[in-house]
Amino acid sequence: MSDIRERNYAHPEVLVSTEWVAQHLNDPNVRIIESNEDPLLYPSGHIPGAVEVDWVRDLNDPLMRDYINKEQFEELMSRIGVTPEMTVVFYGDKNNWWATYAFWVFQLFGHTNAKIMDGGRLKWIKEGRPLTKEVPQYPRTVYKARERDDSKIRAFRDQVLEHIRARKPLVDVRSPEEYRGERLHMPDYPNEGALRGGHIPGAVNVPWSRAVNPEDGTFKSAEELRKIYLEEVGLKPEDDVIVYCRIGERSSHTWFVLKYLLGFEKVRNYDGSWTEWGNMVRVPIER
Amino acid sequence: MGHMPEKLAALLAEFETITDRYERYELLTEYADTFQEVPETVARRPFPQDHLVPHCESQVYFWAREEGDHTFKFYFAVENPQGLSAKAMAAILDQTCSHVPAWQVLHIPDDLPLRLFGKDLSMGRTLGLTSLVAMVKAAARRHVSRCPVCQAQDGQESA
Repeated sequence: MSDIRERNYAHPEVLVSTEWVAQHLNDPNVRIIESNEDPLLYPSGHIPGAVEVDWVRDLNDPLMRDYINKEQFEELMSRIGVTPEMTVVFYGDKNNWWATYAFWVFQLFGHTNAKIMDGGRLKWIKEGRPLTKEVPQYPRTVYKARERDDSKIRAFRDQVLEHIRARKPLVDVRSPEEYRGERLHMPDYPNEGALRGGHIPGAVNVPWSRAVNPEDGTFKSAEELRKIYLEEVGLKPEDDVIVYCRIGERSSHTWFVLKYLLGFEKVRNYDGSWTEWGNMVRVPIER
Repeated sequence: MGHMPEKLAALLAEFETITDRYERYELLTEYADTFQEVPETVARRPFPQDHLVPHCESQVYFWAREEGDHTFKFYFAVENPQGLSAKAMAAILDQTCSHVPAWQVLHIPDDLPLRLFGKDLSMGRTLGLTSLVAMVKAAARRHVSRCPVCQAQDGQESA
């Protein structure tokens, strides 16, 4: 894949290459953070010096379905030795799906000095770069966060209902089978956490993984992404867009693509997603 | 209630003593390292879709070969090279439930993934791993439902 700067992204500064990370492993102003869907990957080997941020344990409120609050975020940042001035670089499995999710949560608290390592774990490993099982210990820091601000990049169900009424664009990033409501609950097998299948009325379907090159997990160029999101499904950078999936994890990847790589002004992630919508009484569903 | 496979019960007892999340994951990683893919004598790529484990995001395939003595040999293929949890789960199911009477396989606890991996497991991951368990139990259930010997044994052990 070409150099990040040659791909004509709206905000290329949010991406760093594996080579950049390799050159900053000992940079005291940079903290590398691995965030995975599979909890065994970090213990099996990670980038030297990288800390782990686990979505379930570290970013979710343990009781209510919500994200951590200001105090919990401050504690997390202190524990992993991050200061407000420090650059955090996320990477992970599944083509950075969970890395972008962690990145999104960090933006709720305004830690804008954040980047994604293009290609994630897959590219780092494919390039034969070093991994270690050693878990680093950093001195605790004092981190003062602002209150979590959900207003700009997070959407809630009532806002989605307003969005539908206003006929504004929604992007369902799940698989076509999930979008069409064809995934049926099978005897002996668990269902996918929703009582009804289908999609939010008016939503277009663009599976999240279309934004990456499958061979190395890097993001596609701006030109290729524009073909998908602008030409194919008709989104415009000035649109007010809401993205969703099952719990908001895959859609944070598309949120990242639209906001930073294509420069959309207003993109929100509906993290309630299908596990909320598909279980709610009397909300409209399309198949 | 009947008995789950003995080796599995022993493994669960070992996991119950682990309080450190990282230690738990290291042990599971060791199991993932012992994972053995389905041999070519049983199945070859491209694997048939009717052997694909539903809801598992690591693209796992499953086979159950009846051994003729009311036991099975279980085989798995994990197509996602980063699917370590799936490999660990498959290795544990194979090493503790293959060559075990079907009436005992029926009693694998449904919440096995949570008992092994702990509560910090994402919903998608829980669904996928639970599907693996369900596939193994479904194979045993099909056998037991048409085998009077197994039904009698299960009844005796449950008494």
